[in-house]
Amino acid sequence: MNLPDLALGDVKVLDLTNLVAGPYCTKLLADYGADVIKVEIPGIGDGARRLGPFPGDVPHREKSGLFLHLNTNKQSITLDLKTEAAGSVIKELVKEVDIVVESFRPGTMSQLGLDYESLRSINPTLVMTSISNFGQTGPYKDYRLTDVMVYGMGGEMYSTGIAEREPVKLGVNVLLYQAGATASVATMGALFAAREQGIGQHVDVSIMETQVGSIDRRMSTLIGFQYTGEITGRNPLGGGAGYPFGSTPCSDGYFEVSAGRGYFPRAVSMLGFPSELDDPKWYAPGAQMDMELKQEFDTMLMIWSLERTKAEAWATAQESRVLSAPLNTMDDLSVDPEFNRRGAFSEIAHPVAGTLKYPARPFIMNDSPWSIRRPAPLLGEHNSEVLCRLGYTADDVVRLRQQGVI
Amino acid sequence: MPKLPLEGIRVLDITVVWAGPYCTQFLGDLGAEVIRIESLNTFVPLGRGPMAHPTEETLKEMAPWTGGTPDRQPGARPWNRYPIFNAHARNKLGMTLDFLRPGGMDIFRRLVEISDVLVENNPTETMERLGISYQLLQEQNPGIIMLRMPAYGNDGAYQNHRAYGLHIEGVIGHTLQRGYADMDPSANTSVLMSDAAAGTQGAFSVMAALHHRRRTGKGQLIELSQAENTMSFLGQSFMDHSMNGRNATTLGNRHPYAVQGCYPCKGHDRWVTITIFDDTDWAAFTQALGNPDWCREERFADPVSRYRHHDDLDRHIGEWTQQLDSNEVMRLLQNAGIAAGPVMDQRDAYADPHLNERGFFEEVYQEDTGTHIYPGIAYKMSETPIRTRRGPLRLGEDNEYVYKTLLNCTDEEYSELETQGHIGMDYPEEIP
Repeated sequence: MNLPDLALGDVKVLDLTNLVAGPYCTKLLADYGADVIKVEIPGIGDGARRLGPFPGDVPHREKSGLFLHLNTNKQSITLDLKTEAAGSVIKELVKEVDIVVESFRPGTMSQLGLDYESLRSINPTLVMTSISNFGQTGPYKDYRLTDVMVYGMGGEMYSTGIAEREPVKLGVNVLLYQAGATASVATMGALFAAREQGIGQHVDVSIMETQVGSIDRRMSTLIGFQYTGEITGRNPLGGGAGYPFGSTPCSDGYFEVSAGRGYFPRAVSMLGFPSELDDPKWYAPGAQMDMELKQEFDTMLMIWSLERTKAEAWATAQESRVLSAPLNTMDDLSVDPEFNRRGAFSEIAHPVAGTLKYPARPFIMNDSPWSIRRPAPLLGEHNSEVLCRLGYTADDVVRLRQQGVI
Repeated sequence: MPKLPLEGIRVLDITVVWAGPYCTQFLGDLGAEVIRIESLNTFVPLGRGPMAHPTEETLKEMAPWTGGTPDRQPGARPWNRYPIFNAHARNKLGMTLDFLRPGGMDIFRRLVEISDVLVENNPTETMERLGISYQLLQEQNPGIIMLRMPAYGNDGAYQNHRAYGLHIEGVIGHTLQRGYADMDPSANTSVLMSDAAAGTQGAFSVMAALHHRRRTGKGQLIELSQAENTMSFLGQSFMDHSMNGRNATTLGNRHPYAVQGCYPCKGHDRWVTITIFDDTDWAAFTQALGNPDWCREERFADPVSRYRHHDDLDRHIGEWTQQLDSNEVMRLLQNAGIAAGPVMDQRDAYADPHLNERGFFEEVYQEDTGTHIYPGIAYKMSETPIRTRRGPLRLGEDNEYVYKTLLNCTDEEYSELETQGHIGMDYPEEIP
């Protein structure tokens, strides 16, 4: 078989990360070709192994859906990093890798004798990316962080939701993925400096700052405040000028439309040019600000949408180039013919969890494709393979296992 | 002094709205020479801002983050003053060129010849109409890397579907997985997480392709469907569906098993978020509160029971937080080892001691807006520090450099192109 030419096929990564943000960063590297060796705690492993979803909701460290998704194409070794023997293994590995990614609390790598300066003395062009809650410095560096806090402190939670209620977060843990993706960009930047100029360096990624610097409204609301002194907050339910805007019920769920102001004629076309909309009042100056007119229009829209499925509404709306969307469920997506045909999902076989459908490539690289070369590793699956390659004998491996190092 | 990581890489940017420009901003930050190409004769809605020529009155009606120009004044060139554009416009050059006017495509071909990367995020048919394809680019420059970022894909039934990030998120299931758990999705306001995801992973994809090109000499076409790109972020929900056939729904601000919420604090519209995972957290939490009687109630004795009585617990926690400033709640609880943090409005973020100590914000000058403090770079590199080297690009401000220095246009050609409506720094008055 001809091996595909992988974009990062010549890149080696030592992965000391845990949970979501760090593993997502190294997943991107691994899925586009990098060799990633993941180090886990003996007997316990990555914290994501204890988080679900699990088949039938029965916890099993080799069957966590979160872990399986985040760790494709990686090898796993177990090391008790507090032991000296583990430190030697890490240093052996550091000699041969381009990149170390870690997500310990700030200061932990130093305590383990694995701070960047020590590692660079072994490998002068080493890139080390540290992903932490608030960065390696500053008054919050030792603070804990959860997904909702990332959005509240870093992102645009303050203006998400309605004025009558508390601010509300985004779904599941999407912002931790965004943090991992941002870290992958910075890591690639550092890899360029290493390959082209022979410069090794330490990259400090603060999960909070990946949100303060995010295009998902926070940078704009910050600059808007800076320019005008005005705060962007939450609108009252149904508030805000311009219609149609928002979701409307369908026969089988919801459909979302944005066709206010300049796009209003597209909405009229979507509804099939009903005679009620011939009335000049809809086109008078200020019509888009008129809440009574908005209500009248929304009622018309709802009568139209309730007669259709969300997929039918979407297809009709797009014929009139209306910015719109069905609010899909996971059921809808799993049978969506377009996404399935395009290969948005991938069936991956795993020796313990079985064959499951995963989200596949985030983007298509036509000449160096995304590929699944191996499913997420079993805990410590590659201990012998990796240690033997480093020159440890089978007896050494047995001894390390008995000492609890691996 | 080391070079910036992407110094020497030239990127042509024909992107619109947010996802594409955010991608090229990452590349510009890292040192690539990003040339943003804009037409003087079209004003893309939500591109450079809501309107090219707003009156003072219409400007006042706009939300601060879209149309909030400095002091709500249009200035001589309003299009260089909008927050919605200036949030993704640093570290890039600005040139003007109209693909639809005579000579436009010739200039474009010459630019392609001397560039390494082209990034676009338009509907598929728009690119077809312009005649811009990977094939065309390759004819000019076989080693070129082209990143296309359509909403859904460059082929198939959805290829021309119109969408902003909020629609893409509806299609891939995110919208039904966020928002208040006790309200229908009509209470869901717009979020544009998929723009951030596409911009970021788009930048990663370009660098992966450049890395590949360094080794093989080959350029390539990358297709990033913004919808598919963001599906990965919902991995947990996809896997739960795959394993258990479950349709993920929103939990509001709650956590799947910990106690978590967004609680009111002292003052108007002030909030704090708190997460209490296990018994250790609970013990520390109750101690931080001074062990009030309600904490000792049987129904709050273990994690399962606490989760079952989450509503009651929220009321008690809210009564406590309401007496305190949100930063005080953070300090008190974080010092006790509990995850807690304020919901920061924009003023809070600018005043935040942590962000300031880390030097996150940067003072930046731009000729049409003056000097302001901008959010900076979302990561720190020790040896090749990344900064804002140039403020938000002004329409056409680098025309001379691009046309004369890069493309060797003579003064004569240059003024000819000006006359033809390719070159300039102002939108014609006819554009509203």
